[in-house]
Amino acid sequence: MTAPTTGAAGDVTTGAAAGARVEFRGLYRRFGDTVALDGLDLTVEPGELLALLGPSGCGKTTALRCVAGFEHPDEGAVLVDGRDITGVPANRRDAGMVFQSYSLFPNLNARDNVAFGLRVRKVAAAKRHARAQELLELVGLPSVGERYPHQLSGGQQQRVALARALALEPRVLLLDEPLSALDAKVRVTLREEIRRLQLSLGITTIFVTHDQEEALSIADRVAVLRAGRLEQVTDPATLYDRPATPFVAEFVGTMNHIPGTASGDRVTVLGRALPVDGPAVHGNVDVLVRPEAVILTPASDGTATVVASSFRGSTARLRVELADGSELLADVPGHDSVRLAPGVRVSVTLVDRPVLVSEPRVSAGA
Amino acid sequence: MSRPAGTASAPAPGRSRRRSRGWIATVPLLAFVAIVFGAPLVVLLGGTFVRQGQITGENLAESLQGAYLTALIGSVKLSATVAGLGTVIGTFLAQAIVASRLREAVLTASGVLANFGGVPLAFAWIATLGNSGVVTRVLGLGEHGWSLYNFWGLTLVYLYFSVPLMVLVITPALDGLRPQWREAALNNGASAWQFWRYVGVPVLTPSLLGGVVLLFGSAFAAYATAAAMVGTTVPLVTLQIANALTGNVLIGHENVALALSLDMIVVAGLVMAVYLPLQRRSARWLR
Ligand SMILES: Nc1ncnc2c1ncn2[C@@H]1O[C@H](COP(=O)(O)OP(=O)(O)OP(=O)(O)O)[C@@H](O)[C@H]1O
Ligand SMILES: [Mg+2]
Repeated sequence: MTAPTTGAAGDVTTGAAAGARVEFRGLYRRFGDTVALDGLDLTVEPGELLALLGPSGCGKTTALRCVAGFEHPDEGAVLVDGRDITGVPANRRDAGMVFQSYSLFPNLNARDNVAFGLRVRKVAAAKRHARAQELLELVGLPSVGERYPHQLSGGQQQRVALARALALEPRVLLLDEPLSALDAKVRVTLREEIRRLQLSLGITTIFVTHDQEEALSIADRVAVLRAGRLEQVTDPATLYDRPATPFVAEFVGTMNHIPGTASGDRVTVLGRALPVDGPAVHGNVDVLVRPEAVILTPASDGTATVVASSFRGSTARLRVELADGSELLADVPGHDSVRLAPGVRVSVTLVDRPVLVSEPRVSAGA
Repeated sequence: MSRPAGTASAPAPGRSRRRSRGWIATVPLLAFVAIVFGAPLVVLLGGTFVRQGQITGENLAESLQGAYLTALIGSVKLSATVAGLGTVIGTFLAQAIVASRLREAVLTASGVLANFGGVPLAFAWIATLGNSGVVTRVLGLGEHGWSLYNFWGLTLVYLYFSVPLMVLVITPALDGLRPQWREAALNNGASAWQFWRYVGVPVLTPSLLGGVVLLFGSAFAAYATAAAMVGTTVPLVTLQIANALTGNVLIGHENVALALSLDMIVVAGLVMAVYLPLQRRSARWLR
């Protein structure tokens, strides 16, 4: 499935009348000399899980906080279901938020944390406790209600925070790197649970992360931000296979830059002519190639040499030195790593499919 | 205990032996405490119940009558007022500066002012707001019935060191309030006021209680400032003790001063008896 960049609502809202559409319209926000958001335009479809991905400081948190109402854009607007909410105070917005860490109220036990919003709304104690218990069960913690936050593990705390964010049945869920303080194993389980819950509730979700694997594995669509602007937004597979810009290509997954010569719609690289993915170009270019699109064959007359190998189970990633001294990365099946051990001479070719090209990197030299 | 005996019994003796030896290290400290705090207390207790070589309860009875009782009540009232006002004003002041550019300046000033006391403090106020003080004359406060030498005047002067003390005590606690808590509260529909009611104040309560006790204690024990300012126009127990010590008592009644000291210790004990359970209750979520 290759969804268009603007995404049709239909394919992501299965069973989801609960989620709202969120639109960022030309959001601009500056802190002193730092431009955190530089005209961000982005639409999140009802019921979809959109990952906001980008390097540190690119404005992900700022964008999310503009939806929550903790941050206010200097220019532009945030729309929820077409209504401009830019002027609505944070405590009257219809969005639940999960923070990075340590956001549970320390003086309240898990149940009262979850029930906090209901208490503020003057829901009777018995009713709100029942509801809190339901939510705790929903996030897989049926028996921690009486415990205080410091008696919970990091993963449990984030689950409780998630339950609290869902307590008022918001139509938008905002997650700001909710898993980044957890260890790797918990991170993976919890992100899958968040996804399952999100799908069953049909709630529109914006998930901020700087972990590309996390973004690709659970999102309907991934929006890549760079310096406060949207670089590309599309589904994970397209983002990986057909990055729209060299920045995205570089940021998502690993990319080799291999010098080549382009003439129109074909580019000659490593002695082979491949079709160019994109507008016609001429002259010296960098050809962008994923490690798994590099084919290595052991050959005594090969011009390249394997210099390092790291075994990863089903695959192995090799570092290969070319005749001109430049290096590239190649992924090969794990069982091939024996005959492609460091020191082995190889010949290098590329999988025959359209390739992205970019301006030659300055550092690459001639 | 459902632990298998083998795993539990092996390390246990070693651990308990180590613990019993570690205890020995605190003996010098305990001895020091016993001598420094215990000895005066023994003398105090002994003296309180002796009059002209006879064991008697007369000193204690006298210390809880007439002018002495008035002084004791006066001290408690003044200290409670200073503690209450100082806690409230100090907390608001600290909250106002905790995230501002004035923070360092105010904290440094508080460090100095919290230790400002005694005769210099009294003199500073007398020269400023006393009957012929600069401000009193410039603003013509005398004609409006202003006097520094009464209960509220003394309260004002005591607040001068109590508020900075509270600022110093409560600022670290305010620093401990994470911004996420306020945001999470807002995110759940709470107003700023509701955040303070349900989260902010409960989290601060253990520190606030500690501050109240500290302020009460420092006001209760203060002597020199009051002596220099009001002499005996405001009845205070510390002034009465000084009075008795300087021989200003009926012959044979010298030990009333000791009985008054014992009264003060009892008041302090009562304060702690109220404070400790409240403290334990308010800090329940910490354990
Ligand atoms: N309150 C603030 N005051 C000053 N500068 C800020 C503030 N909030 C954000 N910034 C700046 O704005 C830029 C964007 O910040 P933001 O927190 O949105 O980045 P981010 O993409 O969430 O980064 P990270 O992955 O590190 O969390 C950064 O350069 C940051 O330093
Ligand atoms: Mg961030």
